Amino acid sequence: MPPTHYDVIIIGAGMSGLAAAIRLAYFNKKVLVLERHYAAGGLNSFYALGGHQFDVGLHAMTNYVPPRTRGAPLTKIYRQLRLTPEDFGLVPQHQSEVRFPGRTLRFTNDFEFFVQEVIENFPAQKDNFLRLVRYIREYNELDLDAKPVSGRQVVSNFLTDPLLMDMLFCPLMIYGNAEERDMEFGQFVVMFKSIFCEGLARPREGVRRIITVLRRKVREVGGTVRMKCGVKALRVENGRVKSVELDNGETLTADVILSSAGYVETMRLCGDGGRETLGPLEGRISFVETISVLDEPMKALGHDTTIIFYNTGKEFHYEVPADLVDPCSGVICCPDNFLYDKPPSQSMIRFTCLANFDRWASLDEPDYAQAKAEWLPRIHQEVLKFVPDFRDHIVFTDFFTPRTIKHWTGHANGAVYGAPRKLKTGRTHLDNVFICGNDQGFLGIIGAMLSGISMANLHVLKK
Amino acid sequence: MTNDQIKQAVTQIISVIAPDEDLSQLKSDVALRDQLELDSMDFLDIVMELRKRYKVEVPESDYPQLASLDSCVAYLAPKLKDK
Repeated sequence: MPPTHYDVIIIGAGMSGLAAAIRLAYFNKKVLVLERHYAAGGLNSFYALGGHQFDVGLHAMTNYVPPRTRGAPLTKIYRQLRLTPEDFGLVPQHQSEVRFPGRTLRFTNDFEFFVQEVIENFPAQKDNFLRLVRYIREYNELDLDAKPVSGRQVVSNFLTDPLLMDMLFCPLMIYGNAEERDMEFGQFVVMFKSIFCEGLARPREGVRRIITVLRRKVREVGGTVRMKCGVKALRVENGRVKSVELDNGETLTADVILSSAGYVETMRLCGDGGRETLGPLEGRISFVETISVLDEPMKALGHDTTIIFYNTGKEFHYEVPADLVDPCSGVICCPDNFLYDKPPSQSMIRFTCLANFDRWASLDEPDYAQAKAEWLPRIHQEVLKFVPDFRDHIVFTDFFTPRTIKHWTGHANGAVYGAPRKLKTGRTHLDNVFICGNDQGFLGIIGAMLSGISMANLHVLKK
Repeated sequence: MTNDQIKQAVTQIISVIAPDEDLSQLKSDVALRDQLELDSMDFLDIVMELRKRYKVEVPESDYPQLASLDSCVAYLAPKLKDK
């Protein structure tokens, strides 16, 4: 019996893979999504532990615009996936902050508010900042053929205050930069627009709502998702993938492979490691995150800020720390502090800090548990500079590390944002293999969906 | 299909692609792009929906012919006359 043949096989049931599957199946392509794990979502998934429901990844969805806002990425996604704003049920944030020693920049989903904050805090930079904003507004970050340029370099052509630069880079890097120290300017623009110009929101039920909607839609339009079904190898012949071998020994064939596994990871599946040295292309930026369930909402303790991006050091360092964790900068997220009609069923607080994959990976089990136990209070010590003491209200805490991220995403080094070098066009040296998701370069949840959609359009539907 | 049916079919497709747009005042001799917020992704979708619903193929070089409802009718009439 010949192997089952598909028009398109998609590797990974994350946001990009599911979005691509919806597009392709809707237009009558025979589509199969292969997911190694039993849960969909990839980087943005959910799980239950100790009787509590947790989200991975999603603190907030960026790119929030009110329903019917024209031309925005979120509106494009509703249209392209034939969904409505009601499907995602996004609830806007209250107010967030970027906090550095002695300086705070608040931002809401109203960009003008943020512009005023910058002007009040950095009056000498007013004209420079406004010129930068105009430049960002006019920049076409979706141009797939744009050459990468250094964000630090471009921004320093406008701003002359290193503190303001760091305060702008901090949230944008933490929420979507695969590169250490610098950030490609196109990526900077994507993130600037998605966080500052647009805004933050969250479904009351968290990321499970988004994933459930996407999976339902894939089913409705006739696509298939196979869970617990990892890809073992892509068999290459004459510059094309000839067949797909699964972990369970089964073989499938497809005209096109759309992979959200990451560029390096996909090339390794091709057994093609010798073509170029893949190691140096791997991403290295990873994080630890602690999620605590509380017996009281943070609002009751007097804290109603949605998200705080903080840095307590002299300078902001976005790089792999020498130690297991760098608690000096990170994110504090209160998922309760969105403008819900009724409060979520459980209260939580989440802290995210840069972490060193190699250090976490080298620990054996007892030391690994010990390291988590040691770092939790150290992270708390740091974040207590910004939030009221919540520690007596903790009911349960989960702590995940770069090792957990590697396990669930398959990304080398648990690199949350994938490889620093993005392949905007999605093309690889193989005729019928294309990259979508993180390593294509549109980041965040909305970016990931847009990536799946764009790659499905460009490489399959337009053909 | 008659010209009116084609016009209706295209309008129906646009209402699926862009349910947030008001199509009641659409002028058929004015470019769709000048009346509605449609980007290149949306135009691709018009073509894809035509293929899905009526098995009509529109090569990329012909996309400009779909600029207005009238030009859609002119372009699609021969392709849809037996449907």
